[in-house]
Amino acid sequence: TLRLIYTTTAVQRKNVGASGPEKYTDAFIKKQIEEFNLGKRHLANMMGEDPETFTQEDIDRAIAYLFPSGLFDKQARPMMKHPNEVFPEQRKIQWGEDGRPFHFLFYTGKQSYYSLMHETYEKLLNVEKHQDQLIGQGLPLQKEKRNLSGSRWLTKIELEEMLLEKLSDDDYLRFIQLIQKLVALPCADIEEKYIQKFCKEVPVQLQKVLIEPLQYDERGVAFSTGEGKRKTARATAVVYDNGTGKITVNGIDILHYFPVLQDREQLLFPFQFLDRIGKHDMVCTVSGGGRSAQAGAIRLASAKALRSFVTEREVEFMRQAGLLTVDPRVKERKKPGQEGSRRKFTWKKR
Amino acid sequence: DDKLLSEPLNHPDFFNVKELFTMKDLFDARVHLGHKKGCRHRFMEPYIFGCRLEQDIIDLEQTMQHLQLALNFTAHVAYRKGIILFVSRKRQFCHLIERTARECGEYAHTRYWQGGLLTNAHIQFGPGVRLPDLLIFLSSLNNVFEPHVAIRDAAKMNIPTVGVVDTNCNPCLISYPIPGNDDSPAAVELYCRLFRMTIIRAKDKRRQSEAIEELR
Repeated sequence: TLRLIYTTTAVQRKNVGASGPEKYTDAFIKKQIEEFNLGKRHLANMMGEDPETFTQEDIDRAIAYLFPSGLFDKQARPMMKHPNEVFPEQRKIQWGEDGRPFHFLFYTGKQSYYSLMHETYEKLLNVEKHQDQLIGQGLPLQKEKRNLSGSRWLTKIELEEMLLEKLSDDDYLRFIQLIQKLVALPCADIEEKYIQKFCKEVPVQLQKVLIEPLQYDERGVAFSTGEGKRKTARATAVVYDNGTGKITVNGIDILHYFPVLQDREQLLFPFQFLDRIGKHDMVCTVSGGGRSAQAGAIRLASAKALRSFVTEREVEFMRQAGLLTVDPRVKERKKPGQEGSRRKFTWKKR
Repeated sequence: DDKLLSEPLNHPDFFNVKELFTMKDLFDARVHLGHKKGCRHRFMEPYIFGCRLEQDIIDLEQTMQHLQLALNFTAHVAYRKGIILFVSRKRQFCHLIERTARECGEYAHTRYWQGGLLTNAHIQFGPGVRLPDLLIFLSSLNNVFEPHVAIRDAAKMNIPTVGVVDTNCNPCLISYPIPGNDDSPAAVELYCRLFRMTIIRAKDKRRQSEAIEELR
């Protein structure tokens, strides 16, 4: 069979699928899927791997190896994906040969959205009927509260994707109100499966930061480690219990390593905050950055190490004092057309 | 095939729709109750029997005749495999009407009517759409008490209409008006039941006739 290698733009335009509601015909998509599978096997052969067990990750790695691209945008780089992911889902022709549409709400324009509203309202009526039956029999209504904190409703975009139809903000709001009304009824547990289709689990945002327990070295002294960074400096600190207040940086005493008083104050701040100045020993290593950056990095590292020695209430106080937050400030880049990051060139009137 | 289509037209009541309802049914479903005297539309005066304590009463004799004509017409349309569209803008009965349409195998539109649905159909839906062959209005007013846009659009597109007209509605552009109450649940349920039975009856008759033709 002959395979088309090169076409001019005029021929390409003629070969483009029908414009309008149907952009990609079924036959076109099937052909694309066959070509994709063939190409996958060729690629596997080229890379010397088994064509049967060639997964999508292998394809991505092979393409990245064969066509290296330095483009910044990942989506602009060459990719080989299954056609169902490349071509968006399309709605097929809505009516049969005799002209009769398939869906009973076709003439409304937004058939999937209105059929969804119709179904949801039907579930609501079901639940109300069930409630009436229970009241008639005199049985108590169940009042199990659904856990609403861990889940959220689908967003407008997700609903649009589900229905393959454009929605307006009003439509979306109405749907959410209707389904909230359904959920608010006491016997809504009957339609739990239907409601689950429109719920999404939200991962718990607050990740509890684990405070490491104290470790004990050979002499039986409790110690704990912490890491900190500031600008380009990275520091690790080991804080020992039952100490005299000696602090060593890279094997050198702080008086010799930090001649400036300001840096030493920064180091001692966590201990001063917790009233534990003479009680702990510290041994730190630091690299990178300048004088002030290294001091800030060691401060953060020692605060993190001290969390293990201290109650949760005091940890919260430290957090509110700003001892446990990484300082995000870094040097701002210089921009073209300006002398520095903010300073512009001297403006001359003429 | 020609005989199939021309045979029902020779009888005045081929589908025997008269037996589906009686005067008593209409009275029990409160079809004769209209709105107050102040809401009366000028063109509905021929259909009104009288006025009692300022509430208009619709003449059930005339309603019977109009209902029989309308049901006969819908049965013929359904027999000839036409597309029937139920239209209403009453929020109370939206679900009931959609359910009725689904059970008949026909179509319903009880939501907001977008401007160019009938008149601009080729752009709204796509080239090659088939428009409805009959519109049935179970309430001919929209939510602002004005005549529904679909009545005018169907008249423009030469689509026959059947509609339940209440005492405050305009029966002018509707081909087969049915003077009667459109607000009570009992009345609307009666209409839904009647239309559903006629359409199902007509479709069954069509299938039987086709089967008999094939046997020959």
